[in-house]
Amino acid sequence: MADHATAVAHQFDDVDQQREAATLGMWVFLATEVMLFGGLLTVYTVYRYLYARGFAEGSRQLDLWLGSINTVVLITSSLTMAIGVHGAQVGRRRVLVGSLLLTIVLGAIFLSIKGIEYAHKFEEGLVPGIDFTYAGPEAPHVALFILLYFMLTGVHAIHMVIGIGAVSVVAYLGWRGRFGPSYHTPVELVGLYWHFVDIVWIFLLPLLYLLHH
Amino acid sequence: MWGLPLFPPQASTLAPQVDALFFFLVGVSVFFSLLIAGLIVYFAIRYHRRSEDEVTEAVHEPMALELTWTMVPFGLAMVMYVWGASVFFTAVRPPPDALDVYVVGKQWMWKFQHTEGQREINDLHVPLGRSVRLTMTSEDVIHSFFVPAFRVKQDVLPGRYTTTWFNATKPGTYHLFCAEYCGTVHSGMIGHVVVMEPTQYESWLGTGAVEGSLASAGEKLFQDLACNTCHTGDAQARGPNLRGLLGRSVALEGGGTIIADETYIRESVLDPRAKIVAGFQPIMPTYQGLVTEEQLLSLVAYLKSLAGPTS
Amino acid sequence: MTSPAVTLAPEPQEHYLNVDYGVRSWLLTTDHKRVALLYLIGITGAFFLGGFFAVLIRLELLTPQGDLVQAETYNKLFTMHGVIMVFFFLIPSIPAVLGNFLLPLMIGARDVAFPRLNLLSWYIYMAGAAFISTVVVTGGVDTGWTFYTPYSTMSSTTHVIPTALGIFIVGFSSILTGLNFIVTIHRMRAPGLTWFRLPLFVWSLYATSLIQVLGTPVLTIVIALLGVERLLHVGIFDPALGGDPVLFQHLFWFYSHPAVYIMILPGMGVISELVTCFARKNIFGYRFVAFSSLGIAVLGFLVWGHHMFVAGQSVYAAMVFSLLSYLVAIPSAIKVFNWTATLHRGSISYQTPMLYVFGFIGLFTIGGLTGLFLACIGLDIHVTDTYFVVAHFHYIMVGGMVMAYLGGIHYWWPKITGRLYPEGISKLAALVIFLGFNLTFFPQFVLGYLGMPRRYHVYPEEFQVLNVMSTAGASILGIGYLLPMIYLVWSLWYGEIAGPNPWRATGLEWQTPSPPPRDNFTATPIVTTGPYEYSRPRGAHG
Repeated sequence: MADHATAVAHQFDDVDQQREAATLGMWVFLATEVMLFGGLLTVYTVYRYLYARGFAEGSRQLDLWLGSINTVVLITSSLTMAIGVHGAQVGRRRVLVGSLLLTIVLGAIFLSIKGIEYAHKFEEGLVPGIDFTYAGPEAPHVALFILLYFMLTGVHAIHMVIGIGAVSVVAYLGWRGRFGPSYHTPVELVGLYWHFVDIVWIFLLPLLYLLHH
Repeated sequence: MWGLPLFPPQASTLAPQVDALFFFLVGVSVFFSLLIAGLIVYFAIRYHRRSEDEVTEAVHEPMALELTWTMVPFGLAMVMYVWGASVFFTAVRPPPDALDVYVVGKQWMWKFQHTEGQREINDLHVPLGRSVRLTMTSEDVIHSFFVPAFRVKQDVLPGRYTTTWFNATKPGTYHLFCAEYCGTVHSGMIGHVVVMEPTQYESWLGTGAVEGSLASAGEKLFQDLACNTCHTGDAQARGPNLRGLLGRSVALEGGGTIIADETYIRESVLDPRAKIVAGFQPIMPTYQGLVTEEQLLSLVAYLKSLAGPTS
Repeated sequence: MTSPAVTLAPEPQEHYLNVDYGVRSWLLTTDHKRVALLYLIGITGAFFLGGFFAVLIRLELLTPQGDLVQAETYNKLFTMHGVIMVFFFLIPSIPAVLGNFLLPLMIGARDVAFPRLNLLSWYIYMAGAAFISTVVVTGGVDTGWTFYTPYSTMSSTTHVIPTALGIFIVGFSSILTGLNFIVTIHRMRAPGLTWFRLPLFVWSLYATSLIQVLGTPVLTIVIALLGVERLLHVGIFDPALGGDPVLFQHLFWFYSHPAVYIMILPGMGVISELVTCFARKNIFGYRFVAFSSLGIAVLGFLVWGHHMFVAGQSVYAAMVFSLLSYLVAIPSAIKVFNWTATLHRGSISYQTPMLYVFGFIGLFTIGGLTGLFLACIGLDIHVTDTYFVVAHFHYIMVGGMVMAYLGGIHYWWPKITGRLYPEGISKLAALVIFLGFNLTFFPQFVLGYLGMPRRYHVYPEEFQVLNVMSTAGASILGIGYLLPMIYLVWSLWYGEIAGPNPWRATGLEWQTPSPPPRDNFTATPIVTTGPYEYSRPRGAHG
């Protein structure tokens, strides 16, 4: 492929068609993501309805402080992501690369805090199926809650890892000067994905951490 | 016709209703199949291509025709739906005077307990002309209780009770199948339902060593497990009065009410804190692992026998 | 359409098959036509492997005693048959083979929107297939293709996890294909190709893709939950640990019922193409046929509960699902009536694809009507989980979908390979398949109403005669399926040269040489009319 920044793949007629196709593709992909998390949240909803008490008790086992810090971290990363996209649109390479790097760092902080939370769960014997020592009448339902916590946040974390990878690629390409006012679709699409992953977290926070309040 | 059966025996009050529905649907299906097949054959012959350069006239569909073949199938479908739903209501609503039989499925056998105390494996004896209600559960995976001659089928799930019922109309021995795949010997999880004349059934009940009714077995268990120390029936007791509980509406701690059914009793024994009766403390321990499914059913039978509230 | 292609003398020309050679040129191809052929190879393998298991099942059922294979082996046979046929043949078959090959050609594009993603989806498919193949070789799985809990998570001792992983993986392939098609249909259409000028096959692919994109993720997540429960022994669906086994069924069927429409909708699209071409007529009720595809796709998401009428859901849920199931039957009826009406005053030729059309309409009608029996709650109690269900869905899947697939393969074979298949033997094969199919599956309706449960290794003796008939039919059907395999391969070398448009069809795909060049068209076509302008007199030079 030509090294010109606005190269059009052979199946497209022009750069507009290529951009529209890529954008629509990302939206369709996000629709599949909604269904993926939707399936998991359905399971969550059914059991929360059945075992409201056990779920509230389970929610109390989570660290609201770390959850809240992570929320701030992630929202900030959405901001830096948006600034990065703007940087690409107006052709300011340093703004683009700088804010994308900041986004990566914030994403890494989020994952680290998540890792600390997971480690605590292992220490406290709150990992169903592996090391679960929680006792009490509601224990089976607490286990179910913690399991769904791991599933939901785990799938979310996988998305974060993929997101960080994608942002890194775009940041590298941006540093090489591939994006400018005439061509920045990849930055926009990665931004779209990143915001989506953030929004998922905005749903997870109240459902998991704030349940007992 | 060389031993070729084409239709299952009709041996319950439900069977003729299901079959009537079946023949209506067969009629509709045969009519439309022949209509479509006939039209295709007719058109294929009538409008066979006669030369390679043949050209047809463009046709545009009349809306009236499209609406006709949308609305006619819709109307027929609604007839099927309403009829099917009414048969379904009959099939899932046991009459109140039905004889109770308790069923436990496990890999790979059926266990039956009669209220009079008889226990059977894979064979179920029932009287002719009497409604029989089955309360069923599973010890392991999902099974399904299926008697083709009665047109009756109901999945049997672990962890809850499902019910079905039938009223046999013809004496004889009929197939009982497990209809939900349940593992290696799924096709061996079969048995027979033996329908007997009421007098024969009475004498069958009299045979064999029976230690007393199912309810009395349940009563004994109730004492052995010391349930009666709290559920004394007194107003000051630590546990609620269980007399006449089944079918009654129970007010729960924290609001809400529930109609006490077999599943509620089962849950209250195994997971007592799930639904606390209003005005009582959550002090009852769980009996998970201490009672078998069959024993649970005998407790249910016992509680059922405590009919009539004594206020 | 564009000006009719002038028939050139057959001279060596460059096309997608000879543009370059070698294994690398295939394994790294981004050409949708080559990806389609890669899929064709994988899917044909899956079909014959799944078919082999079916043959063993039918041989076992020849006698009431379980004397050919052990019970556990039998359970593995029907499970592997189901898993392979559903996830590795039926779901990808028409979209990934015919859809991949034809979609860009039909809309006048050079390729799909994301060619590399397209190739990736094939690799994902093969990775999933690799897991399943490993399972087959190392001992199989015995849960049934439905994986009902708690049997699959707590009781089965076979290779549930690798099988689940295979299905988990292949789901992504399906999602990518659906995503690619949706974007391609939205963004890649040739100038003038408005939505209501699209061939109905494209409409059906669009509806199919919607289901793939929105349904498959739910299967992905439920399979993941299944794996977690089995690996960690935690109670998500196992009632002994507080789970709900019926919830699994809800989630499973939320995907797997719409998946039935993934399997049949593209087949319906193929039939619309074939019936117009061989009746040489514009389709009767274009908009009704097009919108009925979308109607099926949308309503198809709302009827999953009809698999669970006796599973322990509430009476009122059963009533709602029954009502919705009747509604989803209406669009299918509309299609059948419109196809039949298309024949009226047509110019009907009896070439092989048309024989498959006749077979499809007849068998699909029976399959659809027997679906009404199952949607009828009062009746479903008796027939669910019996051979009646088995017969019903084989009429739809094999009688419908496989007929459409074979019809489509014959119809587009000249376009794909540049060669004609031999007409005589292919008509014979179509007839053999039709007869063998009915002999195999019609007796199963009777067996089902008699009460023979499905997935039975041994059965009462009175069911034997009907089972013998079914097995006899299956052996005829097996021969019927081998025939096209043989003569289609033969035709690659000895078939008549087809020319660009052997059927004098109107679709855009016929306005380019056979096989098409790498970029499909020498110049982007400009579309001025609808897709089935058969009834207009053709130009004097055509």
